Amino acid sequence: MINVLLIIFTISLLYLSIADRLLTYIKILAFQGIILFGVAFIELIQINPVNLALVLLETIVFKTILVPLFLNYIIKRNKITRDSEPFLPNFISLIVITLIIIITFLLSNNIVNSSISKIYFIVSLSTIFSGLYIISTRKKIITHVLGYLVIENGVFILSLAVGSEMPLLVDLGILLDIFASVFLLGIFVNKIGDILKDVDVDQLKNLKD
Amino acid sequence: MIGIYLPGAFVISGLLFFNRNRIFNSILIVAFLILQWVFTVYEYLHVNIAELNYFKPDSLAILLLVTLSIISTPAIYHSHIYLTSKKDTPRNTAIYYAAMVMLLTVISAAYLSNHIAVTWIFIEMTTLSASALIYHRRNNRTLEGTWKYVFVCAISITFVFIGILFLSFSLHQRGGDSLTFDSLLANAATINLFWSRLAFIFIFTGLTAKLGLVPMYTAGIDAKDKAPSPAGALLSSVLMNMGFVCFFRIYIVFANTALHSWTNNVILIAALLSIFVATVYMVKVKNIKRMLAYSSIEHMGLIMLGVAAGGIGYYAAILHLILHSFIKSSIFFQIGQVYRIYKSKSIYDVGNYFKYNTTGAVVMLLCFIWVTAMPPSGLFISELMIFRALFQAHYIIVMIVVMFLLTMIIWAFGKNIFKLLFAAPVGFDDSNVERINPIESLSQFIFLGLIVYLGINPPVEFVTLIQETIKNLPK
Repeated sequence: MINVLLIIFTISLLYLSIADRLLTYIKILAFQGIILFGVAFIELIQINPVNLALVLLETIVFKTILVPLFLNYIIKRNKITRDSEPFLPNFISLIVITLIIIITFLLSNNIVNSSISKIYFIVSLSTIFSGLYIISTRKKIITHVLGYLVIENGVFILSLAVGSEMPLLVDLGILLDIFASVFLLGIFVNKIGDILKDVDVDQLKNLKD
Repeated sequence: MIGIYLPGAFVISGLLFFNRNRIFNSILIVAFLILQWVFTVYEYLHVNIAELNYFKPDSLAILLLVTLSIISTPAIYHSHIYLTSKKDTPRNTAIYYAAMVMLLTVISAAYLSNHIAVTWIFIEMTTLSASALIYHRRNNRTLEGTWKYVFVCAISITFVFIGILFLSFSLHQRGGDSLTFDSLLANAATINLFWSRLAFIFIFTGLTAKLGLVPMYTAGIDAKDKAPSPAGALLSSVLMNMGFVCFFRIYIVFANTALHSWTNNVILIAALLSIFVATVYMVKVKNIKRMLAYSSIEHMGLIMLGVAAGGIGYYAAILHLILHSFIKSSIFFQIGQVYRIYKSKSIYDVGNYFKYNTTGAVVMLLCFIWVTAMPPSGLFISELMIFRALFQAHYIIVMIVVMFLLTMIIWAFGKNIFKLLFAAPVGFDDSNVERINPIESLSQFIFLGLIVYLGINPPVEFVTLIQETIKNLPK
């Protein structure tokens, strides 16, 4: 069951690479939140119930409901245009993300006698690199934040791999999630929206040598 | 004691944030400084006694904690001068002091923490408090600097977290306490090499944002440029030290595994590239504060060279780290005065500094001699030891390249500083130049004297602490 969920998660990355509208990105993030809820539930069923409840609440309430709603609110409030404005055509993005998945898959063959199941490694690493790819090839500041949230999801999957033995690390992942979402989104997108009228990375080119 | 210090400092920071009364504000600041010093002295007297499970004041923590307390006292004094000269609103002043107290507290806690996850939490909190300091002037450019700093630090902190996860994969026995630095060191011989290699790469890359090395140095440059100069002094000294503490503890673990020479190569590449990047930008840059920020990158590169070379290099690296924090913070304090006279940081707008502020100009000249490691500066001793270590470790080509780059850095640094001190400024109206009280340069003179003292005639206690720090490293 975990394998099926994780493979669906990977497929959502491919969909992410060809998404044109910001709303699609937000929907994919919400969908990934639901998948993470499922994976966390199956993987961590044996840990302390209070901790499990915390993890599950974070995935379902925070990742799936609050963050997407909030992103939607920010886009409406700052009147950000719907298009994601990639620097590269979608076709190339699709190829690059496919290559990322294949390369991490090949890399995982080097792992010898480990107690960690390989699929977590493959899915999380390809998610992290896809997130970095999205950050570096999209023009808007808000898509940078979206790419960062994708990286967060990848890190969360990785932390689940040791979650049953070290629940502390999953909690840290949640802390990172809340830090990033609240801080990056809450304070800065609002501030940037107020001060810079058009929210675009081209506006952030003043500081240089 | 840390159980008193952390809540106490957080309460002070919170009160500062909500308080708008000037006198109560000063009382709170003084209370924090007293708390900081009492804490430092207490930890100095209780070396290697673990507190609250996750905090242990080992010798490296003590050295850097004392450095932090010494730097923080004038930093708060210069902040006071900065804020009153700018006539800031009570609200901005409150946020500034609250963020600064918070920053100093979390950095102190990060020095002491003995668990990698706890260190990670405090590193995350430094990003929060530093960003409030960078955004102090509330305009487009500070917003840009803050946004870049927060975003790059968020990515880097994620990288460190991924590294911690890989590190936990590499352990055979996993449990709540298996990620303390002590337990990692005890189990160093048995860790899985594949995962630990990945772990080191990710942790090191993530920490470079705080350390100021290639590849993630960029955010720190904008931050140090845009933050008010007393805050910039903290960012380029104690905050970089915090990155170093976390790096060095991990490095000690890896030095005791089969990966020692591999990690040295990784560090060596990062160090060389950092010095190279710093040279290229220092020759080109026209903003004095940014030039100083690049100079920090160069010094961090030298420190990493010392670590990579090993042997006497370890000792030199720690010595250089501490001396560099003093010299860099005193230059940043001084730059605040330069800015108040010329209202600009650009090299084109400044000049004839001796005429407008003689004491400050003397400090600037001495700082130039000290930071480029000319005798009698203590940095001369540490750099000499680093080069000796490189020579002994047979990195002769690296040494020649670095010496060549350092020569170019001295030239670039000197060109800009001498322009500031002696050349006539173009189009500068000196009818109502602000008079700077010489007493404001006192802390810089004390720091410069301290550097000479620690470099040339280090007290026995100081040497013992450094040797205690590096005792777990292979010879």
